[in-house]
Amino acid sequence: MLTRHEAADIFDRIKKYSSADEVEVLFSGGRFALTRFANNTIHQNVEDESHTISVRTVFGGRTARATTNRFDEDALRRVVQSSESLAKVQHPDPDLLPMPDSREASGNAEQSVHAAQPLSRYFPETAGITPQIRADGVRTIVEVAKKHKLTTAGIFSSSESVEGIFNSRGLSNWHTQTLAEVSITMIGADSSGWQKANSPDAANLDPLRMAEIAAKKAIDSAHPEEIPAGKYTVILEASAALDIVGFMFWDYSGMAILDQRSFLTGRIGSKLFGDNITIWDDVTHPLQSGSPFDGEGMRRQRLPIVENGVVRGVVYARGTAARMKNSEFKDKVGPIAATGHGFALPNEMGEMPLNIVFAAPENPQTLAEMIASTERGVLVTRLWYIREVEPYEKIVTGMTRDGTFLVKDGEVRQGVRNFRFNESLIQMLSNVEAMSVPLRSCGEESFDMVVPAMKIRDFNFTEVTKF
Amino acid sequence: MKQIANWALNVATTRGASYADARIVNQRSRALTTKNGKVGSASDAESMGMSVRVVADGAWGFAASEDLSRAGVEAVAARAVEIARASAQVKQNDVRLAPEKPVTAEWTTPHTIDPFVISVEQNIELSLKIDSELRSVAGVTLAETNLNFNREEQWFLSSEGADIHQTKYSAGAGYTAYAFAGNEIQKRSYPNSYGGQWQNKGYELIDELKLVENARRIAEEAVALHHADQCPEGKFDIILDSSQLGLQIHESVGHPIELDRVLGMEANFAGTSFLTLDKLRTLRYGSELVNVVADARQEHGPGLGTFGFDDEGVPAQCTPIITNGLFTGYLSSRETAHTIGETRSGGTLRAEGWNRLPMIRMTNISLQPGDKPLTLEQLIAATDDGILMQTNRSWSIDDKRFNFQFGCEIGWEIKHGKRVRMVKNPSYSGITTEFWNSLDAICSRDEWTLWGTPNCGKGQPQQVMGTGHGAAPSRFRGAKVGSAYKGS
Repeated sequence: MLTRHEAADIFDRIKKYSSADEVEVLFSGGRFALTRFANNTIHQNVEDESHTISVRTVFGGRTARATTNRFDEDALRRVVQSSESLAKVQHPDPDLLPMPDSREASGNAEQSVHAAQPLSRYFPETAGITPQIRADGVRTIVEVAKKHKLTTAGIFSSSESVEGIFNSRGLSNWHTQTLAEVSITMIGADSSGWQKANSPDAANLDPLRMAEIAAKKAIDSAHPEEIPAGKYTVILEASAALDIVGFMFWDYSGMAILDQRSFLTGRIGSKLFGDNITIWDDVTHPLQSGSPFDGEGMRRQRLPIVENGVVRGVVYARGTAARMKNSEFKDKVGPIAATGHGFALPNEMGEMPLNIVFAAPENPQTLAEMIASTERGVLVTRLWYIREVEPYEKIVTGMTRDGTFLVKDGEVRQGVRNFRFNESLIQMLSNVEAMSVPLRSCGEESFDMVVPAMKIRDFNFTEVTKF
Repeated sequence: MKQIANWALNVATTRGASYADARIVNQRSRALTTKNGKVGSASDAESMGMSVRVVADGAWGFAASEDLSRAGVEAVAARAVEIARASAQVKQNDVRLAPEKPVTAEWTTPHTIDPFVISVEQNIELSLKIDSELRSVAGVTLAETNLNFNREEQWFLSSEGADIHQTKYSAGAGYTAYAFAGNEIQKRSYPNSYGGQWQNKGYELIDELKLVENARRIAEEAVALHHADQCPEGKFDIILDSSQLGLQIHESVGHPIELDRVLGMEANFAGTSFLTLDKLRTLRYGSELVNVVADARQEHGPGLGTFGFDDEGVPAQCTPIITNGLFTGYLSSRETAHTIGETRSGGTLRAEGWNRLPMIRMTNISLQPGDKPLTLEQLIAATDDGILMQTNRSWSIDDKRFNFQFGCEIGWEIKHGKRVRMVKNPSYSGITTEFWNSLDAICSRDEWTLWGTPNCGKGQPQQVMGTGHGAAPSRFRGAKVGSAYKGS
């Protein structure tokens, strides 16, 4: 894998090839391997190693980017030339700021309670996972499936990756990380169950336990009964909660406010959600992952975006913060400052919070306690194909999947056919009756978060499908 | 390049692979966006590398690297065999490949203008002209444009003797006008939403789309939606424009016919399919008017699913998917063809890039136009009480592809053969086979467009692929309208 020393050497060579006022180089890549299984068989098994160099040049307020995965001298000259050719024909952007230096990029350390602690998210044992180790893990899962007369499908992946940024004002940041992930679907004749987890440290994953839980869901949801669509109390397991709430975080962006495409336009400072909803963005949280700097190399700061249901503010790239301070919205958006959440420049989306952490509730409940207190409701394992229907009330649609159950008189009674929902996230987060301790969770529709399971009243199921 | 590929094939077969193929891919792309009078992003990218796919001990292995030195290539080939041997420890049956006669071939996307010779200044000038038109309409609060160009050169060699050099070009362009007012965000896009129109063509596509000419109308519609009534809820006859129908085909025909899904290979992520093997040639998928093909051949048109050969060396083909309403075919590969009694792959295996495993992907899945002359205006004139819906705004379907819901950017209420009013937030939902059986009119060839869907996601790790979907405006009787807004 590319080292910081090698990257620094490449950056020095690129600087020599460039005549731009400013130069920035992003490095990314690593080694990724994934073993995929279905029908109790490993049917795909892949590994690749690749890195990219992405060069941004600036000439008098004009900027552009070019990217390559070739590291020879000709390729480095070519990528610099491409970036410069593109940059020179741009119109000058009066809002483009000079690149940050190291001092600016390190930000206000007091704003992050963990700021002094370096993030260690690289685990050599995870990086060293071999095809044989992954095959052994899959065999364990398949044996559970066979024991229960089910078939299984899923993945076991492992990776090591780097992200780095260097610029001509002396900034340099480097982050290495590992990640292992296991996802399991257990399939019966007319039912299925699912579990998924990931972690920078593979030792935190327990494929056997996950397989048993997924198998139990498949068995318990067999012979699903159709119950009518309507408003139900639902218990969303953490992965389901993650996948649906993830659809609102693109809007927690200064640029989205400036563009008037955010559902928070005109609503910052308002109480939108229930008292029990407090959300942070915190890359330093021990259950989080990812690099501690943004696309310009700025330190990602820890900040609250929702406190007790009140939207406190949004995140900002440097340029967005500068624009917001001079905009018509400046008095209506709460604190305005670069927070270290920007995407690599140039881009049209600005920034977003990517390290979401829900605060623990005062009285967390286990999933079992939520079920026990439910007279009639639906327990949801997983949500699927979620899309935004209405952007300002934040209505999203999607389906339940892989383990949907009727809860009656405090007990899980039986599997039910899957529902389509159309639900406003504003309404949903105003109707949360109980939450678990937040967990590191992952799904398929949104990015990984630290999020609780949620019990929600009046969740809006609009249709039922055929299985 | 052939020498590099042969280094890999030699090592793979020497180490015991019963089958091996090598793909060397060189990709180049350019993306330009504007937003509210300024360039939003301007970027060029290139990526080159090689992958080796093998069968050893009856199981698959795959490895890829950007290192094209002899040592690097041979190490990747050896790694692919090692991975296959690990796969073989958890298998039920050996991989079985349908035979395919190896060919030596050259193929290039027909194109008139190489998009990379067009100056960036010219592209920016066009984008800003569109932007200016959009923002000249009072009430437009955000205007976005995009231009995208891609070139992909691939060398495919196999241990069976295939030697195929293929170069594909694609282009995409579009724009969106947003209008925020009160408590509502409305938008209109042209020629389609989510990136506009995409085809396997050169720069000539951009000239054909009449982008500037339509900008003001689109912007005016975005603003006008704020004054339109909410689309009514209930059962209505609906007419879908060809772009929305293209996505309807993609989601409710294209995905369920993927044989890997049917066989459970996507069960953990993309899902499975209601089209179990017993449905082949027995299921009435749609009404008698419904004829759908999967056609990757150039003569079908310049779709994103058009090519000379797929990524395991099988020539482009046309497969009848729905014939006069009857379900007649799946999308297959060399590995899966035998499961439906076929002796040859349907030629649909494609990979996102050099470092991704080829998998079954839609080619151009197209609804054939109606035989009898019928324009959209004539179809509207023949509709007593209905709603015309245009341009997709949201889409969702369950993991077996039964229940779907789509939202569109704009609707028009039809009464007694005339458009009587604009309606906002139109949406419809249904069950796939019930919906296709309710189709009772398809406009004719003059109204048919081969749309490109550039963002189809599938696989683990997920791959994004472009697919093509030809469609003409069509009418569906008694569709369920408006439940997206019911009760929320």
